[in-house]
Amino acid sequence: MTPGWVVRRIGFSVLVAVVLAFFAVPMLWLAGAPFDARPGFGLRWPEWTLSNVHATLRHPFALRSLVNSLVLCLVATAVTTAFAALAAYALSRVRIPGRDALLYLLLLLSSVVTGTAAMVPLFVLMLQLGLIDSRFGTALAIAGGMLPAAIFILKDFVDAVPRSYEESARVFGASPRQVLGHVVLPIARPGIATILVWSFVNAWGNFLLPFLLLRDVGKQPAAVLMRTLQDEGGSADLTVIPVFSLLYSIPVVVLYLVVSKRYGFRFHGGIKS
Amino acid sequence: MAGIDVTGLSTVYPNGVRAVDALDLRVTDGELFALLGPSGCGKTTLLRTIAGLEPPATGTVAIGSRDVTALPPGRRGVAMVFQDYALFPHMTVAENIAYPLRVRRAPKERQREAAADVARGLSLSALLDRRPGQLSGGQQQRAALGRAVAAGADVLLLDEPLSNLDARLRLEARTFLKRLQHDLALTTVFVTHDQAEALALADRIAVMEAGRIRQLGTPREVFQRPGDTFVANFIGSTPMNLVDGRVRDGRVECAGARLPCPPGLAEGTPVVVGVRPEYLSVADDGITGRVAAVENLGVSSLVTLDCPDGTLISLTVPEQDEPALGRSLTVTAAPGRLLFYDAQDGRLLDG
Amino acid sequence: MPSRAAERDPAGIGTARAIGFVAPALLLIGVFLVFPALWTLYIGITDYRLTGPAAADPRVVGADNFTTALRDPLFGNSLWLTALFVLGSAVVGQNALGFALAWLLRRVRTGLRRTVEGFVLLAWILPGPVVAYLWFAVLSRDGGTLGLLLDRPGTAWLVQYPMASLIVFNTWRGTAFSLLLYTSALAAVPPSHLETARLAGASGWQTVRDAVFPHIRGHVLTNTLLISLWTANDFTPFLLTAGGPNHESEVLPVLIYRQALESGRLGYASAMSSLLLVGNLVVALVYLRLLRGRA
Repeated sequence: MTPGWVVRRIGFSVLVAVVLAFFAVPMLWLAGAPFDARPGFGLRWPEWTLSNVHATLRHPFALRSLVNSLVLCLVATAVTTAFAALAAYALSRVRIPGRDALLYLLLLLSSVVTGTAAMVPLFVLMLQLGLIDSRFGTALAIAGGMLPAAIFILKDFVDAVPRSYEESARVFGASPRQVLGHVVLPIARPGIATILVWSFVNAWGNFLLPFLLLRDVGKQPAAVLMRTLQDEGGSADLTVIPVFSLLYSIPVVVLYLVVSKRYGFRFHGGIKS
Repeated sequence: MAGIDVTGLSTVYPNGVRAVDALDLRVTDGELFALLGPSGCGKTTLLRTIAGLEPPATGTVAIGSRDVTALPPGRRGVAMVFQDYALFPHMTVAENIAYPLRVRRAPKERQREAAADVARGLSLSALLDRRPGQLSGGQQQRAALGRAVAAGADVLLLDEPLSNLDARLRLEARTFLKRLQHDLALTTVFVTHDQAEALALADRIAVMEAGRIRQLGTPREVFQRPGDTFVANFIGSTPMNLVDGRVRDGRVECAGARLPCPPGLAEGTPVVVGVRPEYLSVADDGITGRVAAVENLGVSSLVTLDCPDGTLISLTVPEQDEPALGRSLTVTAAPGRLLFYDAQDGRLLDG
Repeated sequence: MPSRAAERDPAGIGTARAIGFVAPALLLIGVFLVFPALWTLYIGITDYRLTGPAAADPRVVGADNFTTALRDPLFGNSLWLTALFVLGSAVVGQNALGFALAWLLRRVRTGLRRTVEGFVLLAWILPGPVVAYLWFAVLSRDGGTLGLLLDRPGTAWLVQYPMASLIVFNTWRGTAFSLLLYTSALAAVPPSHLETARLAGASGWQTVRDAVFPHIRGHVLTNTLLISLWTANDFTPFLLTAGGPNHESEVLPVLIYRQALESGRLGYASAMSSLLLVGNLVVALVYLRLLRGRA
């Protein structure tokens, strides 16, 4: 243990501590403020109380917006997963004419056409279709945005499944439906689970599209309501917002814990790494 | 029970490669038949075309007396074991074995019985509740065989059945496979790139190259009298000596020696002389060369002779007779073991 | 040989059914991605407005919107701020922090590594609006954490230093992706190369430069392009500063939103969106080119 080694060791520990603090300290507010009798933006030891929770649950729009979020998310997630699974399987297994061009186009679309770049036409499109304030329409728009990436991530999974499984089932007389039901779906389950979680987390946090397309406060999901709560009186309502933030965060945090526990947080980006 | 008749079969890939090229083949009932060849020779494609997994461009496949060319794989009465076994990872061994019955919607009870029955014959009874991932390579192979047996098919197709096993296990599995096939008397076609495997297992072998059959025969025929230089090169764990020679004065001159000539060859004809290292032995008269290398093969040793004209000749000698390096040695072929091939097209010249 | 065979149809679903499988996804993608992208280009050459006469009957005005944009100081300002935002928070911030963490956490005890990774990932997956509030708290004038730490209570960071705040915020928010990507890239560096460097007595920095970087050059490029693209299109700055004060943090996505929905100039906003689309397209094409080159 030379002095140089000790210095390096200490430097290293300090560095890791600073990084840890950088990432962790902002989150402390989420642990303290919801249960503080005098909630503020400052970081302090709270005077514990549950009155904020009661206030939030009584808020006219808080719970409703969480339900809206759930509806929006479930529709978008279900549509994304089902459509992406079908498309990824067909694109992985069958040489449809023009497949390679289609895949290239999808890859381009998934990164080029962002909600930001397409916000005006999306808004005008929904306006003219009369789908402003339609939760179902908004969910479809969110799904449309997630589909290219979802197809790519899933196609990677399906590509990795040996074709001999399906061929084997076919040799033993399975019909296409049986091949899908007995073999492909069960084997692709981890990939489908990944897409379910991925699209849920994405849709749950999506702010821009619902913000653009859902103007009626009674139909807004939690993401947009948080903004509305702040704008209402010019300054933020700090009895409701911290508890609401916490409630709104719980589903993604739970999903994240489940995923990292079961699979470990691996790298699925549709990107070869 | 049924034989297989393949007539004029061609399989062409979308990129235009003719993987199987106008091929005729007859596998008789109850036979254990090997398709042998280097990778890319079309043997796996032929197997897959028989199974119905690849559509043929031309030609027909018949199983028994039934033309199955237009039938989907599941209705041809074939069972297949894939190279990677393709055991479904989410099913237990029992469920895997009973899968062919599940497809036909057999009652659950019947599926269980069939799995138990088949498993007994393959000593898998203790493993029925395991998943494929929990099995050793040999056990996986037997489970895959079990599934194929449970299908009750007329024909069993095996794609490189032993290639995923390690060397030691492979010998065991080979014996097992041979006994199983004998007991079931099931028409069986297997694909392999390993000539030793084909020789050891098969009743008959088709040696393939570039989508065509180069030679068809029993292991003995293929080993002792390769039909052409390609087969001669491919078969045998130590490669056959193939030496250029020429007919002169009624003898064949090669590697500095004058060998007896088969009848009917004109003066000056170029030939290729072939002889297996195992069929050469030390003698007073014959090909002479200096010992350039000695490789220990266990029971025997492989000796490489450097002849005066630069050709290399190898022969095997018993372990106790290893010659010293640099020594001069004269060798001759056992009677009838000297083969002559046409120098142009490589065909065996019948003598 | 098996790879060629694999191009066929192992499940026997057939081309017609396969097209049926792909169709629903393509329909949604067509309606909500392709069509809007093309329509942006069209709206961009009209004087379409949210309200008023031009709302009912927009006229084609050609390249007017584009020339207006190029002369508009607000557009120039937002381009500059966007460049600053991308450079500071993505190219430098997330990239460097992500790599440094991936490199440092390699040999740390599993528990500690999991903890650090856990927080970094949490910052990534928490919903945007929640994250915005967390940073309101950090940067707040009334007892915000940063003010306490730097002993400057009463500093309204988001008002006095809006761009710097956004850059630090976005580094915090997005480092997870770089960390994940670099962790998997570093795992693929052959240990023998690192050991060779160690045997030669290389310092930590020399090891990174000579033994590690040549292996992960492609990943660095990939990562930089992707996070730049995402950062340039990120709408979260709107939640923190809404472009203020006085346009000082009005990055392009925020400008587009405010021009379109607050000022109602849909045609003008679309012209700027088109420019963003073209920028995205260029980056994506470069990225795909690199991917192909490596494959």
